[in-house]
Amino acid sequence: MQTTGHTVKAFDEELDQLRSLIVEMGGLAQGAISEAMRCLVERDLEGARRVVEADRRLDSLEAEADRRVIQLIALRAPLADDLREIIAALKIAGIIERIGDYAKNIAKRVKMLESKGEIEPLSLLPEMGRITAEMVGEVLEAFVERDSAKARRVCERDALVDDFYDSIFRALLTFMIENPRNITQSAHLLFVAKHLERIGDHATNIGEMVHYAATGEWLPERGHDGDKRSAAATPA
Amino acid sequence: MSKTNPKMTARNVSVFYGDKKAVDDVSIDVGREHVTAFIGPSGCGKSTFLRAFNRMNDTIANARVEGRIELDGEDVYASKMDVVQLRARVGMVFQKPNPFPKSIYENVAYGPRIHGLAAGKAEMDEIVERSLKRAGLWEEVKDRLAESGTALSGGQQQRLCIARAIAVDPEVILMDEPASALDPIATAKIEELIHELRGRYAIVIVTHNMQQAARVSQRTAFFHLGSLVEYGDTTEIFTNPKATRTKDYITGRYG
Repeated sequence: MQTTGHTVKAFDEELDQLRSLIVEMGGLAQGAISEAMRCLVERDLEGARRVVEADRRLDSLEAEADRRVIQLIALRAPLADDLREIIAALKIAGIIERIGDYAKNIAKRVKMLESKGEIEPLSLLPEMGRITAEMVGEVLEAFVERDSAKARRVCERDALVDDFYDSIFRALLTFMIENPRNITQSAHLLFVAKHLERIGDHATNIGEMVHYAATGEWLPERGHDGDKRSAAATPA
Repeated sequence: MSKTNPKMTARNVSVFYGDKKAVDDVSIDVGREHVTAFIGPSGCGKSTFLRAFNRMNDTIANARVEGRIELDGEDVYASKMDVVQLRARVGMVFQKPNPFPKSIYENVAYGPRIHGLAAGKAEMDEIVERSLKRAGLWEEVKDRLAESGTALSGGQQQRLCIARAIAVDPEVILMDEPASALDPIATAKIEELIHELRGRYAIVIVTHNMQQAARVSQRTAFFHLGSLVEYGDTTEIFTNPKATRTKDYITGRYG
């Protein structure tokens, strides 16, 4: 959107540092989702432990982003697109941190899935994980490039994630009815699917922030999350 | 609403200094309930344009104004317009506080006296007290009204000048960088005063300080190279300006 730098060069540098921080967080979160899903499929306990541990880094980066945003607002009094981008960065950092928590939670469940037995719904989960991780990566590219069209495309993909969740939910229900002995295992997988679905919602929220930062306009339907489209997820 | 019933309107106003065009074809409505801020880089014409509202440019030998400026529908530049009367209705406060070298009381009483607004001493006392109260200065000076206005602090002097402008019961107050020579506390008092005066008078303020424009105004106009680039709600101008030139200026990318 803008091409010229600020008269005060230090301001540009501080904005760049904030962007880098967000990008680093996004990369870590995206990697954590992929890695947690791989560990889940391959029953890689050691890998899962590393995912859980790596989440600490995301927490400290979020704190760092908060600190920088407060400093920028206090010292630079940002306005217009600068203000919008800085506020977006603050919110995005918080969202990425939560995405990291979901990835961590998925990794924690790896050791609870002791059985190596084939579970049919498990065949859909890796694909769902791949899509949500991709959404996180793409929405952060959109943030850096201030590309509102790209951000909106990510938001649109969330419907696909919701469809996956609905299918997996039904499949797991059926599976539990048929194999009551595997209810514990299935319940864990249900949480995994729910976490991925939430990650999709969070990526969508980031997309909305990116759109606002880039255009100054709010996307319609703000404040609703993906749950309303996900019939199976809504309690009767 | 100001849009349907503005206090002042400018239509296709250009101001020249000799051959040089300082303001280029500006049209704007000033709302009666609003504080309107004019912002823009030095030399953008905002102060020149402001001074066209009460014909302060008349005092500059080679200045010439084209277009039409109206106060409640009356042509400000009509030949039958009494300029002294106009400047009482459209008062002005300048960047540098400029109290008369007279007593605090006399500074405020001067305008009402030449306009014959007070019938006697008691009425004049009342006007002086009311004006100083509205300007937020009464408590600080009520026991030393006979002291010289120039002995006050810069911030007090500026509030004295605002009291002086208020004393003649104006309809519009034009402020040209009213706080730029003041420290942050005195500035905050002026801004609080502007907030309190809003509604009673239409206020137009020229300021270099963008945060000040954001704090005190409801409408903001951005000028650049003599032209009006963008005019809109202050919130919108500072969060989502439409013109690239506005955005570059308020985010510090100008030049």
